[in-house]
Amino acid sequence: MYWKEFMLQCVDIGVGSLGIVLIISIFMGGVTTLQISYQLVSPIIPKATIAQVVRDTIILEFAPTLTCIVLAGVVGSKIASELGNMRVSEQIDALEIMGINTKGYLIGPKILSALIMIPCLIAIAGFLGIWGGLEAGSLAGILSPEEFMQGLRQEFKAYNIFFALFKSFVFAFIIASVPSYYGYNVQGGALEIGKASTTAVVVTCVLILFMDYILAALLLN
Amino acid sequence: MIELVNIKKSFGDKVILPEVSAVMETGKVNLIIGSSGSGKTVMMKCMVGLMEADSGKVLYEGKDFTGMQERDRKEIRREIGMLFQGSALFDSMTVEQNVMFPLNMFGDGTLREKKKRVMECLERVQLKDAAKKFPAEISGGMKKRVGIARAIVLNPKYLFCDEPNSGLDPQTSLLIDKLIKELTQEFNITTVINTHDMNTVMESGDHIVYMYRGRKQWEGSNKDIIFSKDEKLNDFIFASDFLREAKEIRQMEIFQQTDWRDKLKKD
Repeated sequence: MYWKEFMLQCVDIGVGSLGIVLIISIFMGGVTTLQISYQLVSPIIPKATIAQVVRDTIILEFAPTLTCIVLAGVVGSKIASELGNMRVSEQIDALEIMGINTKGYLIGPKILSALIMIPCLIAIAGFLGIWGGLEAGSLAGILSPEEFMQGLRQEFKAYNIFFALFKSFVFAFIIASVPSYYGYNVQGGALEIGKASTTAVVVTCVLILFMDYILAALLLN
Repeated sequence: MIELVNIKKSFGDKVILPEVSAVMETGKVNLIIGSSGSGKTVMMKCMVGLMEADSGKVLYEGKDFTGMQERDRKEIRREIGMLFQGSALFDSMTVEQNVMFPLNMFGDGTLREKKKRVMECLERVQLKDAAKKFPAEISGGMKKRVGIARAIVLNPKYLFCDEPNSGLDPQTSLLIDKLIKELTQEFNITTVINTHDMNTVMESGDHIVYMYRGRKQWEGSNKDIIFSKDEKLNDFIFASDFLREAKEIRQMEIFQQTDWRDKLKKD
């Protein structure tokens, strides 16, 4: 049953959020390319540098942080309202009466599946963001795909990938655990579920931004 | 048999249960009745371990449930079935999956055997046709019956029902009462019902505990209640003129029965 619940959560968190991740990451990459090209107007800077900056911006910041902020809204509110509804409608009490460890059964699989699925989503977001940047640069006539590919290979640091994935694990834990806490401890009715859901998303976003700063300070300096 | 020994429970300064002792008898439908805020739900939650009493003991067949380690408590919890006020069915599961859930968690046997047991329970509550439906697709009365099926699927020794008739029409309410009574007698279950419903009190109450402001005010059977002189109980049970008239008619009917007439004369 725990395995089944875990798989259901993987589908919910991973597959369920794939659509929004696809959309935001493609546009995120496209907009980044356009804005960087707008700022790098000097003739002495090669066009391939645009792709280099797009690559690093997306890998280091946009793919993990922006995607996780969006996931905090999508996944976090869902987790908080689902658990809140279960609490208010006595479904959690029903599980406890059966002798089931409700935290282990309801929260455990959510955290575990988030730790697995969110880094995968971040990796997808990174690829699609860069691809979006390539397409936007090509469509706008800023730089050709060849120039973009050349820029992607310039001064590539594998450590940046590690940093992005490390951040995604930390953010994934926050995205699953904070809303679970607020949802699990709801007391009252529908109004309180709404409040818990909103508070959970706000706290999750603030914690993500705070941890983003802390991790950048610790791991990039 | 479940015994409550000097159970006390407070929330901050507010004392909900000053000190309650009661015995819930095996093979009988034990009712806890009382007006809103009288401590019925808190008492039931203390009995099943959803709330911790401040002091006192809850004994299941003499075993102290309140003093047990969580691991030992789980053993007793697996012998408990509970029907919640709002049915507490899992929204994401079908009726069949809801009833099968405790079997998947704790039951032995193959999937075929489990399905067979689920169908037996659903047949018992006359809901075999609704097996593939989701809770959102069935009525309140059907949800209660699914809740009963889920509560009995592991053959519990103790069945707790929190306001099983709330929000139901009189006919469905009677059906639920009849079902609970039949199950109690058939499987010799210790059933504890927390209710406001006067039909349940008069039809099913083998043993009734009346709570008033957190204290046990009166205890007896549904037959005793007709002749009770406890003012608070009478005000609660026979609140309207119609019910008071019905009580007098019922008194006369019972009085005409020889055994009761004899009993009253002896008393």
